[in-house]
Amino acid sequence: MAEKKQRGTRVLPGFGLSMGVTLTYLGLIILIPLATILLRSATLSWSELWETLSAPRTLAAYRLSLTVALVAALVNAIFGLLVAWVLERYTFPGRRLVDGLIDLPFALPTAVAGIVLTTFYAPNGWAGRILDPLGIKVAYTPLGIAIALIFVGMPFVVRTVQPILRGLEPQIEGAAASLGAGPFETFVRVIFPEVLPALLTGTTLAFARGLGEYGSVIFIAGNMPMKTEITPLLIMIQLEQYNYAGAAAIALGFLVVSFSLLLAVNALSAWSAQPKARA
Amino acid sequence: MIGPAGTTEGRGHSSGPVHAVLIGAALLFLALFLVAPLVVVFVEAFRKGIGVYLQAVSDPIALAAVKLTLTVAFLVVPINLLFGLAAAWLIARFEFRGRGVLLSLLDLPFSVSPVISGMIFVLLFGAHGYLGHWVMRHDLKIIFALPGIVLATLFVTSPLVARELIPLLESQGTDEEEAALTLGARGWQTFLWVSLPKIRWGLLYGVILCNARAMGEFGAVSVVSGHIRGLTNTIPLHVEILYNEYQIAAAFAVASLLTMLALGTLVAKTMVEWRSGRRLA
Repeated sequence: MAEKKQRGTRVLPGFGLSMGVTLTYLGLIILIPLATILLRSATLSWSELWETLSAPRTLAAYRLSLTVALVAALVNAIFGLLVAWVLERYTFPGRRLVDGLIDLPFALPTAVAGIVLTTFYAPNGWAGRILDPLGIKVAYTPLGIAIALIFVGMPFVVRTVQPILRGLEPQIEGAAASLGAGPFETFVRVIFPEVLPALLTGTTLAFARGLGEYGSVIFIAGNMPMKTEITPLLIMIQLEQYNYAGAAAIALGFLVVSFSLLLAVNALSAWSAQPKARA
Repeated sequence: MIGPAGTTEGRGHSSGPVHAVLIGAALLFLALFLVAPLVVVFVEAFRKGIGVYLQAVSDPIALAAVKLTLTVAFLVVPINLLFGLAAAWLIARFEFRGRGVLLSLLDLPFSVSPVISGMIFVLLFGAHGYLGHWVMRHDLKIIFALPGIVLATLFVTSPLVARELIPLLESQGTDEEEAALTLGARGWQTFLWVSLPKIRWGLLYGVILCNARAMGEFGAVSVVSGHIRGLTNTIPLHVEILYNEYQIAAAFAVASLLTMLALGTLVAKTMVEWRSGRRLA
């Protein structure tokens, strides 16, 4: 990293070309299109904007998207840490295969995940048949949405935590043990503080993914306005009714809320990664 | 690496029953969330027999969807490959003002909902969009046609190649490039013969990922496609339509094609990791 500062002389070729290509492409494909959200929202008056954003249906969608994404991210934090730990620390038959499969949610198209999870958890489905008589309704409820988001978000946590666990020297644990710490205490006081920043990063990524997720959710959600209608779907419905300004405003409000949350978590994550001055 | 059956010996220290419980809990979670979905796809796809399966995947509308998906990937992947190369080279090789901002902008499509990613192109080129009149006057079709699908897919998959290459380039340093330049190689020669071979595995994996996402993208494409059967339906959209029409076996048959693509992507990733001796992000 230190040598990077010396690159000021730019002996390497291609600065102008790569800068030109990157900026042109970012401008045309990413930034100008994204700017239409602001432009189109601005065609609404303040009162119209407020009316759209504070409509009960919009608020219900925001609340649902945020809470379910948060719950799913927290479940992923716990199980993702567990899976990363087991994959890095223990040997068992099929470990490599399991490790390779972790990325399946990244690679599997979301529509496929959506119909699979719905078929699995529908009242007459594979797992639904067992859960339904117990009074646990998964498909077409917020719980079903959470399951879909746990599926798509899981690899983020596992893959950010794994390298940290791999880099931790087993001697540290040995030292803790020899100083009289039990396995649980070693984990809580020695290992957990080391993985915490990565765990927060991974959980944030899973949360961000969950906020916007569409394909895996709409099949299992049931999509009832006010109850199981996620924000991306509400935007889709507005677009289908040619209410472009409404769709843009709902998207803008959602982006503002989710970006603020992500910034806050990133700040927290940076804070937890600092040397343990205040620990 | 794979231990003999029944072995639960830790690589670190710890005691027996705790291992078993932790491994059991993790495997149960993964069985429920990773293995069960895979089993569901193939069992449901063949539930009504191989005849229904073959009919579903060889149906002319399904074939039109396959053709459209391949066309989209064929257009999107090379463009984002070039963009990813340029962006990664810029970010990893040069210091300049605004580099951090540029890096965040590069990642922006990852934090935008796919539906919003599609919506912005409707706002731009749709009938009531900013350039809607211009598009109509020139008798072009962008939204509800191939160009719209390509644009939305370009947006969604744009960070993938650069994301793979940036850490790789940063870890490699520039000594060899500088040596080549000192020995009189031209800029493009240095890039082609020195830099490119060093990053070929990362580049290959970036392309594989970009391709998988381009073929599987649902939300963004769903907004811009218009769902015109046989014309603007990609494979994932075709799966949705079949499913919503209660042709469950056919939906899963077509979905099994996408699942095989996903499994192929995972195998390719493992092979690339093995060839390059490096863990990929």
